[in-house]
Amino acid sequence: MDKKSMKGWLYLLPAIFFLGVFMVYPLIDVFVYSVEEGYNSASQTFYGYGPYNFSYVLHDPYFLQAIRNTFILVVITVPLSTGIALLISMGLMSIEKFRDLYQTVFFLPYVTNTLAIGLVFMILFKKTAYSDGFVNLLIGRFGLGPVDFIDGPYWAKMFVLCFYTVWIVLPFKILILTSALASVNQELYSAARVDGTGKLRIFTRITLPMISPSIFYLVITGFIGAFKAYSDVVALFGTDLNAAGMNTIVGYVYDMLYGDSGGYPSYASAAALILFAIVLTITCINMLVRRKHVYI
Amino acid sequence: MKVVLEHLTKQYPNRNKKIGGTVTAVGDFNFEIPDGKLIGLLGPSGCGKSTTLNLISGLAKPTSGKIWFGETDVTDLPPENRGIGLVFQNYALYPHLTVRQNIMFPLENLKGKDKMSRQEMEEKVVETAKLVQIDQLLDRKPAEMSGGQQQRVAIARALVKVPRVLLLDEPLSNLDARLRLQTREEIRRIQRETGVTTIFVTHDQDEAMSISDLIVVMESGYVQQIGKPQEVYDDPVNIFVAKFLGTPAINVFNGRVENETLLIGSEKVLSVPGIPDQAVDVGIRPEGFVLDENGPFTVQLKMVEVMGRDISIVSSHEESQNVQIRSIVSAEGAASVSGKEVKFSLKPAKVLIFGKEDGKRLRFKHKVREQDG
Repeated sequence: MDKKSMKGWLYLLPAIFFLGVFMVYPLIDVFVYSVEEGYNSASQTFYGYGPYNFSYVLHDPYFLQAIRNTFILVVITVPLSTGIALLISMGLMSIEKFRDLYQTVFFLPYVTNTLAIGLVFMILFKKTAYSDGFVNLLIGRFGLGPVDFIDGPYWAKMFVLCFYTVWIVLPFKILILTSALASVNQELYSAARVDGTGKLRIFTRITLPMISPSIFYLVITGFIGAFKAYSDVVALFGTDLNAAGMNTIVGYVYDMLYGDSGGYPSYASAAALILFAIVLTITCINMLVRRKHVYI
Repeated sequence: MKVVLEHLTKQYPNRNKKIGGTVTAVGDFNFEIPDGKLIGLLGPSGCGKSTTLNLISGLAKPTSGKIWFGETDVTDLPPENRGIGLVFQNYALYPHLTVRQNIMFPLENLKGKDKMSRQEMEEKVVETAKLVQIDQLLDRKPAEMSGGQQQRVAIARALVKVPRVLLLDEPLSNLDARLRLQTREEIRRIQRETGVTTIFVTHDQDEAMSISDLIVVMESGYVQQIGKPQEVYDDPVNIFVAKFLGTPAINVFNGRVENETLLIGSEKVLSVPGIPDQAVDVGIRPEGFVLDENGPFTVQLKMVEVMGRDISIVSSHEESQNVQIRSIVSAEGAASVSGKEVKFSLKPAKVLIFGKEDGKRLRFKHKVREQDG
């Protein structure tokens, strides 16, 4: 190794050290845990190696519930939030007055604490002995019966979770999309106007292709973020997510480690690896789609 | 299609709120552009030439005045209904589409009775691409092409709908010097072949002079002069136009007229019948100097540049407003140029006199044949 690359490695050493200790080693450890059968965290013993942990997790109704919840959340919120963010960004770009004001308003959720927002949602949706909650009062006007959104039927809880997730991820998406829209060469729009291009066609043939890298970025990070959902669910439904039937994959992993049923790092590791495989697959599919449809 | 501009004015509110008021980008522009001609809008940066183009295209709305295409008043028509083709300075090609898709784009927008079948569009695209000689490149993306090729694509896209008026905004400014020469010939050829009334904007006087049928010289939003390139060069109405046209630039001296004689310094250089006594600016074109041992005009010699057919004499004079005076004379006289001083006589047709105050041209009578020879 020559002197120059020695120096390079020296500079990288701190980063490599910390990455190794806090990233690489735990990753390997997770993998090892996941194949150790019958691991006992108290005595630090196990019977042997094998795929039993995966089999257990995949047959656990709580885990299946968690996977179902997570997928519903992902499938609904990622397209919905990206679409709404695009609409709002287009709106923001087309107004001149109050643009800064609206931009700030739309960005507020991003800088607000998750638990504080969770509290606000409780007030909006929760049915208590004293009040049906704001949303129930609202839909009561249309003659719809009060629904318990927090402890009630599954669809109501899922609705609140999706609503919350869309709302919380909007600011970041709006931020990215407004800057993407602003960076489109305005002359292209002039050229399109001179050529008599309709509004819809300008949007589909010029705007969308030009901002497609940003949209793609948002979809990928949106997928990953939604698959990792946990703290938002806790903020809305409390820590006993299995009982509420609202657990997510990350929530399941956490429960297996520290929850009431905790102390099972092997099951947690297996579940975490399954999540990893799912996210990897989705991202690979995204990449393939990107190659075909995204203009760079 | 003839284009008529009637008292066309565009004003913007002043950016500096403290000063307020309005900034006039184009002021009272009157011009009837004859059908099928190539018009060059010429002027320095910020003179309002691009704004004029935007007004004609409809991308900007005039504050007052009218625009006519033939007998139709198009002042309030949006750009898409004016039947124009516009080539942008940076081409504005759709970067994600191939050349074919770019050129086809305007055709796909056609509605109603103008709607074309796929087959017709394909044919039209190929036909237009052949006209600008890019039919070999139809499947490339803009990023995979040179500036000159992109320029042609932009022209093809503007022409494919057969516009009534073709507008070009600084069409050559992004090309290198060689390509610029070639492309301007190309624009001339395409314009001749299609016969479409074409207006192009440029700050490069060579460009405007070489290919335009008529040039419009603008400054600070106002038209200074309109005419055939040679006429405007030979007979500028004011000192701005005189200075703006011609390379090398015109040489300007402080002078005065006394008893119908032009004086520069203490030398009586030319007789100028018809101009009253006053202080004047004197513009002398580089080709207006004639080497003459007994000539009335003496300058301090700095150096001689040999250019083959001609020589360029660089000199100075205390009354000159330029740092150096450049005169171009036939190479035959080169041997006699030496020492500290050079004497010239002047060709009256190449001496332009302007009022000191307003910069307006002061014309004098001269017998062209006798004295010019």
